[in-house]
Amino acid sequence: MKTTYREAMRAALRDAMQRDERVFLMGEDVGRYGGSFAVSLGLLEEFGPERIRDTPLSESGFVGAGIGAALGGMRPVVEIMTVNFSLLALDQIINNAATLLHMSGGQFNVPIVIRMTTGAGRQLGAQHSHSLEGWYAHIPGLRILAPATLADARGMLWTALQDPDPVLIFEHGSLYNMAGELDDDAGAVDIDKATVLRRADSKADGSADAVTIITYGGTLPMVLDAADQLAGEGIGADVIDLRTLRPLDTHTLLDSVARTHRAVVVDEGWRSGSISAEIAARISELAFFDLDAPVERVCSAEVPVPYAKHLEQAALPSVERVMAAARRAVGAGG
Amino acid sequence: MTTLRNQGVPDAGHAQHLLRQMLRVRRLEEKCIELYSAAKIRGFLHVYIGEEAVAAGVMEALLPEDAVVATYREHGHALLRGVSAGAILAEMYGHAEGCCRGRGGSMHLFDAATRFYGGNAIVAGGLPLAVGLALADRMAGRQRVTVCFFGEGAVAEGEFHESMNLAALWQLPVLFCCENNLYAMGTALGRSESQTDIALKAAGYEISAWAVDGMDVLAVEEAARRAVDAVRSGGGPHFLELRTYRFRAHSMFDPELYREKSEVTRWMERDPISLLRAAMQAAGQLPDEEWAALQADVEAEISTAVGFAENGTPEPVSELARFVYSDRADDGSDVGSVAGDGAGKEGATP
Repeated sequence: MKTTYREAMRAALRDAMQRDERVFLMGEDVGRYGGSFAVSLGLLEEFGPERIRDTPLSESGFVGAGIGAALGGMRPVVEIMTVNFSLLALDQIINNAATLLHMSGGQFNVPIVIRMTTGAGRQLGAQHSHSLEGWYAHIPGLRILAPATLADARGMLWTALQDPDPVLIFEHGSLYNMAGELDDDAGAVDIDKATVLRRADSKADGSADAVTIITYGGTLPMVLDAADQLAGEGIGADVIDLRTLRPLDTHTLLDSVARTHRAVVVDEGWRSGSISAEIAARISELAFFDLDAPVERVCSAEVPVPYAKHLEQAALPSVERVMAAARRAVGAGG
Repeated sequence: MTTLRNQGVPDAGHAQHLLRQMLRVRRLEEKCIELYSAAKIRGFLHVYIGEEAVAAGVMEALLPEDAVVATYREHGHALLRGVSAGAILAEMYGHAEGCCRGRGGSMHLFDAATRFYGGNAIVAGGLPLAVGLALADRMAGRQRVTVCFFGEGAVAEGEFHESMNLAALWQLPVLFCCENNLYAMGTALGRSESQTDIALKAAGYEISAWAVDGMDVLAVEEAARRAVDAVRSGGGPHFLELRTYRFRAHSMFDPELYREKSEVTRWMERDPISLLRAAMQAAGQLPDEEWAALQADVEAEISTAVGFAENGTPEPVSELARFVYSDRADDGSDVGSVAGDGAGKEGATP
């Protein structure tokens, strides 16, 4: 069936609410307004205000209440408008959700799912545009998901709700209108494994013109576009969608690098101290002798994301920058 | 505010129970100080000496299915909620027999069996959790109450205000117990708050709130019973400001430069244990031999607990990475395949 990322997320929420009466959605404008990104549009009419619960603008309070409700046996899905706003709830997410299981010696798990938008590209300025999921991926105790495909938008929520521990889902704002075909019976997906969405042409395996491009979330479409164009230049690309930033599926990355011998990491976060830094470090730790070239990284410029369109675009990864990095990796100039 | 002096004493059995509860906390805390000084237990240690009437009075009003959320000064809350003194001390020893298998320590005691949800070292961090526990009860149609203890320092935090607002807006079954001991570490209330009447602040959120003499265990118990009954019967959130005082420093590291000795001495004259004991004696309810027996009982309990903790076993280092994720023995970062420590054990978990 034809659907959009937004509709797939909504279908996932509806499905979860129907399947488990402990599931409820809570957050800013999720009810009457229909969700600030219209993900929950119509759900209030369907499920009522107890389960589609509008909150005040008090991120720490309602995220903490979600954590408490999870401790109390519910399965809350908490929506935070953007990752920038989630910083107001950092105390609850990091000091409580991520730590209670460990500090209690295994007695209190926190089965909460926290959803939020992330990323830039819509001229919203610095305070609505940052990609901080890599920060959250630093925290033991959290699971970090970044659905980049329709299937994952549809399937990750239910899997996340089955997880006994806190799961954060980062939805890139530019993906909501992405449309495409989704199986009618699409459902829960595995969230433990990265996926190889495209493989380098087999004749390119091991030759000087293959590269592994690793990305997740909002930059996946541009990476697939870049891979198409690189193929036209005779450069084969494995494209890996990480899907889960913590725990990282290192094995899938290493398998691919063992075949292509080159890696490019594309991450809309800043380069310094980023998830791309972690990935590059792991590849160098574990696959150093497989590499024929230094690991390349395509990240955002180290500035708060600016408003003006040309400045914003200049700050972000692009198809051209991904292609240039891939060319450098295979020694084809760039 | 009411005081013991004009209220009289309940029946001898109940009065003695309350006295025992307060004494148990007092002796446990005195033992903690001793063990800390002997370097048997480490970390930060915040004792509750002087404030025992608060936990003792409030816990009386609760049922086993209710939930308790507390702060980093929570040994007494844990003990009176039903966690054994042995499990509390073993936790401070970092032993596997501790109530959190050595991962929490003094500030982070937890116990699922008694629905004791911490133990929270972040000031005001427990308030939203209490709101959420109450929300879960409301949504599930359970007649349970969540009690949240916090200090007066927490009222300066945004989470206090966010939690009051949410609890009142959604009419949740939670009892907020503000233990107002006048000092947030070394900062007196008047130095940090434009409005020092905390019950009034809570009332501003349309929450029923009372100030109670927190040195008078009978007054605390009476107020707590009234509030818990109201919460349980659907009356929405309630708030008690319990005016109390800690006789000791904020923590073992506190040189206590911020308050006069005379002030401490003045408050010690209203020691909640001495007050109840004197009232019981005056009512002929506490013959000397009963007082002696009570003390001996409590000494024996604490002494047994120390023995339990002393003879405990250190949580094995091989268990280090447990309880980061449920049902997993790794740290969640696929560490088994990463030779971060040079071990390079493919798929291995410690």
